[in-house]
Formats: sequence, structure tokens, C-alpha cells
Amino acid sequence: MHWHFPEDLKYTGKHEWVKMTDQNGKKTVLIGITDYAQDKLGKIVFVELPETGREVKPGESLAVIESVKAVSDVFSPVAGSVLEVNEGLFDTPELLNEDPYAAGWIVRLAIADEAEYAGLMSVSEYLTFVRQAEEEV
Amino acid sequence: MPGLKKTPLYERHLQMKGKIIDFGGWLLPVEYGGIIEEVLHTRNKASLFDASHMGEILVEGPRAEDFLQKILTNDLGRLQDNGVMYSPACYPDGGTVDDILVYRYNRQRYLLVVNAANTEKDYNWFCAWLNPDVTIKNLSAAFALLALQGPDSPAILQQLTHVSLAGLKYYHFMPRVILAGAECMISRTGYTGEDGFEIFCPAQQAASLWDELFAAGNNNLELRPAGLGARDILRLEAALPLYGHELTREITPLEAGLARFVCFAKNTAFYGRETLARQHEEGLQQRLMGLVMLERGIPRAGYIVKKGEEEIGRVSSGSFCPSVGKSCALAFMHPQKVGEGDTVGVLIRQREYAARIVKIPFYRRG
Repeated sequence: MHWHFPEDLKYTGKHEWVKMTDQNGKKTVLIGITDYAQDKLGKIVFVELPETGREVKPGESLAVIESVKAVSDVFSPVAGSVLEVNEGLFDTPELLNEDPYAAGWIVRLAIADEAEYAGLMSVSEYLTFVRQAEEEV
Repeated sequence: MPGLKKTPLYERHLQMKGKIIDFGGWLLPVEYGGIIEEVLHTRNKASLFDASHMGEILVEGPRAEDFLQKILTNDLGRLQDNGVMYSPACYPDGGTVDDILVYRYNRQRYLLVVNAANTEKDYNWFCAWLNPDVTIKNLSAAFALLALQGPDSPAILQQLTHVSLAGLKYYHFMPRVILAGAECMISRTGYTGEDGFEIFCPAQQAASLWDELFAAGNNNLELRPAGLGARDILRLEAALPLYGHELTREITPLEAGLARFVCFAKNTAFYGRETLARQHEEGLQQRLMGLVMLERGIPRAGYIVKKGEEEIGRVSSGSFCPSVGKSCALAFMHPQKVGEGDTVGVLIRQREYAARIVKIPFYRRG
């Protein structure tokens, strides 16, 4: 597989990545889409981001990504509230294609329950998941 | 994927890493690496598209012209041998059966190129109105259709034949040209808004013609394959209608802005004539117009267009358009309520994004 998946991240079945960070003792998570997701979507031309302060439940739509081909939702992998959004994506949505794990992060959430993070897929589980998705095509 | 049809070039698409999708029952490449790149490459150099899913219906007989004059809204009387004409075909109520390219070999023999998804429906519709002096045949399976599009197309295709292509004018065709050992029909037509050719080739020889075109195109000319995604954006930029979006069973050609292809002056009665004439007389309730987004946001088919609080239209096709550098849409709007230059709002996920009504096409080749 030619996609890259960093080892220190957690993954979801909707092809999002989640990174736990510690900000002054407060647990927050960064959320973005995987290299696989950006490759499948093709060139991304528009991103709609949530308002900061919004409370989200797991599975709720957090952001909307428009590629040339299609519209797709980014679903929140965990419960929490939106602390920060990547405003750079308004003017340069292609960051999601070019640098999905760093400059192309989408939102930062204050996570409500850390156990939810622990329950997400590890990189090896996600790799298996992607392999299966590819075999079905 | 059982039940899905493959074109004679399916293996080539796999070899060239095309992303295959189910397009109305056909397995076809949506892209080979990047839709935007493929659009721009077609505008700047040349691309090769597989359009083999399109239908081809042969109409022949002593009264072929009379028959087609009844079926089609455009005036076949103005079409000469080796000429191509675009025409809608309508139901008596003015709704559109299909939009069709008509190739005239001679007054008694025509080839109709129809939309893939409509081939069977068209064939049955035509059969219902046949007269004993006309026969029709569905030849779709026998032909592959390769569309070579973009400014470098003539230089590439010329390498495959001694017949001068300079003599082949826009909307004309050559019925028999040998290309890569195959007897082909070539027309100077396309669905991209660029110069180019559509090549009808016997299905068995399509793969070798595809290869020869790429061999010729590698001579400093950089021919690349392009998929359905690029084809859809190229036609949108050129404001060419797509059946199912700008034309349907419910939409008349007048509403779709195709009045110049509806010839009330021709001598023959044609299906839809009375309804269309009445619509022409009374004025349209909806008409196709162009929208350019003033804010970021992609208009897509089905989105509502508003002026103030009032709903005044609906998007039929929309996308980011790389040749224009903006997102554009075709939309059916009420011509008494809005016009060119007006600012309207496109409703995208419950929020209104500003757009301006502009003259179409969005892109015209220089």
C-alpha cells in the first residue's frame, strides 16, 4: 500500500485519525482525515468547519469536505467540545491532500471521556481495515 | 461486479491505473490520477477519452430523412452529406427523449449517436414511429468510440493517417479512414469545448488504436488518458447539456436554452412542435442560466437557488471549474424573476452562498 499511516495515532472506520495531546494538563484530541481518505477523495476544494464551543457526540458530523468529485462528512470519533478549528483550511483546503497529518489537521476537541479514545483502532488494526476495504473494490 | 458492461478498452483502463466506477451500468474510469489535472491537460495539450458506452443507431431507407424530420426538432434539410448536426428529440408534450448527434452519409442513410443510458429507450421510441420505407439498427455493440480532445489533437491524429485532417471542418466527418489497420469513421466533434475528434472504430480493433494513438502522442505531444470526471467538468465549463441533468423527460429543449436547435420553420411536423411553439409564444417558466459562485462553496445538482426569501430555481449541474478558477453551476431559474448580472443565493447545507448569474458558456477556447 502506498498510503502512509503514522504509528502514534488512533484511527476510525470512517478514515479519520485522532491524536491525543496534553495541553497544560488538559487532554485534547486533534482530528483529521487519513492519507487513504484524502487519496480516495481526490483534490479537496472546500472545507466547512464547526463553530468553536460546539458540543459534539460520537458519530455526529463535525466538518464537511468537498472534493472535486463529492461531498463528504467528517464524523466526530469521540464526544467533546470544539476548542479550535484549522482556519488555514478556508484558504488552502488542499492542505488536506498535501499534509493530512500535520498542516491539514481539522479540529481540536476537549475530549469528554478518554476511554473513547482508547477504544479507537490502532495503526495495525486500521491497516487491516484498509486492506479489506481495498479487496472489496 | 456481475451484470456490468465493459467497453473494449476496459483492460487498457486497468493497465493505466484508471479508477473504475459503475457509470449507469458501465465499468468506466472516473479518473487516472487527478480530475483537475486531466481537465487542464485537455485544455492545454490533448487527452484521450473512452466514450464507447455511447449508443449508435443506424437509420436507413428511401424515407429516412422524412422519418428523422418527424423525430428530431432541428432541421435535417440543412444537413449535407458527411455533415454532423446536433438535435434534441422530443415527446409530443415537449419533454426531451434525448439529445442526439446525427451523421448524414447520404439522404437515405444516417447514424445517430445517442446517450448510453438512453440507447434502448430511443431505439424503442423510434421503432414506434417507423414507416415501411425506413429500417433502424442498434449498432452500439459493434463500435468503440474514442474521443481525442484538446489543441494537440490534430497533430497527434495526423500521424496515423495520410488523409489530410486540415480538410475536416468542425461538425463534419470522414466515413472511412484507415487508422491502425482499422476502418474508422472520424468526426471533428466533441464534448469538451476544445478542438478534437471522435473516432468510431470496430470494437475488436479499439485497443490497438488506443495504443497507436498513445504511441503517436508520446512524440513530444504528451497525450494522456482522461476519465468521466474530467469529461463532466469540461462539458460543464463549455455549458454543454447532459441528459439527466439539463435535459429530462420533464424539461423541454427551450427551457434548456437550446432554441437554436428547435426549428419551427421546417416544413415537416415534428413531435413536440405544438407544445414547444406554445411555450415559445407564452414565455418560459424556467430557463437554464449560468451561476458563478462569489463565495467559497460548491454548488451541486439539486441545490436550491434563492433571491431574497423566494426560491427562484434549482441547480442542475455544478462543480469547481479549474479552467475558470471558480465554482460554476448551471441552474434552472425563473426568467421573469432574475437575469444576467443578478446576485442570488445558492443554498448549501442550510446556508446561503452568494452567486452571480452570468452568460454561458463559462469557458470558451481562445
